[in-house]
Amino acid sequence: MVYLIRVQLREDYSNLIFYLSPLVAVALTLFFGSFIFLILDLNPIESFKIFFISPISNSYGISELFVKATPLAIIALGLSYCFKNNIYNIGAEGQLTMGAIFGGGIGLLFNDSTSVFLLPLMILFGAIGGAFWATIPAILKTKFNTNEILTSLMLTYVALFILDYFVVGPWKDPAGYGLPKSMPFPDVGRLPVLIDGLRVHIGVYFALIICLITYIIYNKTLFGFKLKVTGLSSKASQYAGFKYKNLIFYTFIISGACAGLAGLFEVSGPIGLLYRDISPNYGFTAIIVAFLGRLNPFGIILSSLLIALTYLGAEDAQLFLKIPSAVGFVFQGLVLFFLLGTDFLNKYKVFIK
Amino acid sequence: MSIELIIGILNVILISTTPLVFAGIGELVTEKSGVLNLGLEGLMLVGAVTGFITLVLTGNYFYSLFLSIISGVILSGIFAFLVLNLMTNQIATGLALTIFGIGLSAMLGKKFAGTPIDGLNPYYFIVISFLLVFFVAYFLSKTKTGLIVRAVGENHNSAYALGYNVFKTRYLTIIFGGVMSSLAGYYISICYAPMWQEGMTAGRGWIALALVVFATWKPWRLLVGAYIFGGVAIMQMNLQAIGVKLPGQFFNMMPYLATIIVLVFISSNKLRLKINAPSSLNIPFEKNQ
Repeated sequence: MVYLIRVQLREDYSNLIFYLSPLVAVALTLFFGSFIFLILDLNPIESFKIFFISPISNSYGISELFVKATPLAIIALGLSYCFKNNIYNIGAEGQLTMGAIFGGGIGLLFNDSTSVFLLPLMILFGAIGGAFWATIPAILKTKFNTNEILTSLMLTYVALFILDYFVVGPWKDPAGYGLPKSMPFPDVGRLPVLIDGLRVHIGVYFALIICLITYIIYNKTLFGFKLKVTGLSSKASQYAGFKYKNLIFYTFIISGACAGLAGLFEVSGPIGLLYRDISPNYGFTAIIVAFLGRLNPFGIILSSLLIALTYLGAEDAQLFLKIPSAVGFVFQGLVLFFLLGTDFLNKYKVFIK
Repeated sequence: MSIELIIGILNVILISTTPLVFAGIGELVTEKSGVLNLGLEGLMLVGAVTGFITLVLTGNYFYSLFLSIISGVILSGIFAFLVLNLMTNQIATGLALTIFGIGLSAMLGKKFAGTPIDGLNPYYFIVISFLLVFFVAYFLSKTKTGLIVRAVGENHNSAYALGYNVFKTRYLTIIFGGVMSSLAGYYISICYAPMWQEGMTAGRGWIALALVVFATWKPWRLLVGAYIFGGVAIMQMNLQAIGVKLPGQFFNMMPYLATIIVLVFISSNKLRLKINAPSSLNIPFEKNQ
């Protein structure tokens, strides 16, 4: 076989290409996305307008954009700790669910409460629930050398069935006509909204604060430095004497707590009670957000807004173009494909002979 | 319980477990060569919808089966190109494939949801699934090509040094896995259901993934494991019907919990892990190093 294309490791590793490649990936996604619209007999330009522009052309739409971007950003920021450390926690969806169960459970337990301390307690337990669920793969990894990718994934489905058990069983609303949902949380257990009449809530502030803290941790602390070194070379990290097992624990707990927080914000914010489908795949989509944002805290905020837009656009596309809202998943999948693909050009030089 | 009821239950288990055997045995071969493909769910859905649409449009079972297989070849080919040639992260690429497949299948199938079709007899596929397990078990343990697949999965650098083509081997095992997932999807939409509905594989791709680990990468154990997993799901419904008070969700999470336990058992001992799991799983092969 004659190879016409030869590749070589880049020595002049470029930061510019590293941060440009997400833009290239988005451009390629839009290009290929227009073909999908053409195949469906839709005008691509009109469709893109409905998909990407009209959803955010009013205050309600912009509020919804933040509602969707908040959980994505919080989860992805947490995941960035794991990914930087080369730990593949892909069970954020389960950790989110556990956060909703723990935090939401507190809300249901004290459902006649009028105390202002209920919400902080729910938030705390949301984070604890997510962190608890993330500790399991961390323990299994450090004690038994178990592959964290598989265990965190399996635990996601366990968590979903636990939530299902609660909302059809002990926590089912007696006045809920037998539907699989809990009673609504008391008013003091609801997340305050930022603007009356819109759904955007104070979770946005949490996302921004977590982003800033993460930036400081990555750039100004020894812990951030350890993560960076371990991610680049686990051998170098060993020689330096960093305790890898501790790093695994910390990164899992941080990312689990973030996912749990996002889960609690969903149920005590826009939803207001517990039921089966509290998350439209946020835990998995946040993995795309983290990669698209290059594991950079500010990049993640930007990419969370972009991916949130694919959720909104998909809902509008269903209403106005009569195509299933799952079209949003097509765009999410494509953008990740292209991002991973363009990364190749970042690492390697390609020669054509 | 009467004999008829027991036979009836066994029959339902047989019919409902077959997709797990197809998807699982395909993924087993892929993983044996050292590649972890998390895209099963997406591959199954696209295989299911392609077969269904083709059958509705042409009325020809052969064409529908053929195009369903082609969809698996194309999608897993893209996956293979990304993870092998472009050396992308296998986890992220597999998740992208699943997310993409969920979206694509829903979009393509929308016009056809609820269209009635004449289903195929599932027993052909059930027989094929058993033969397939036998074939894969024989292939991996008794043929030279099978040994090459395992060598590549154990240590791709040594296999490469011995002159085996790592890329070609992995391309073929990934595409084999993709086609098997498509067949699993085809079986669901053409034989098992038979209909098309958005997201109709209902997480079977993830169970199949768990199954491969549960079976510690051994074909015959995979067959047994599939029937345990499938049996638990069916028994759960029947136990509910006769008034057993254990919650159904408890049974539904059993496959995942059992997989974690097996994983802990084989991973806790270095030798045991070496004997069971392919050592190069999820490690990219870089020829230029």
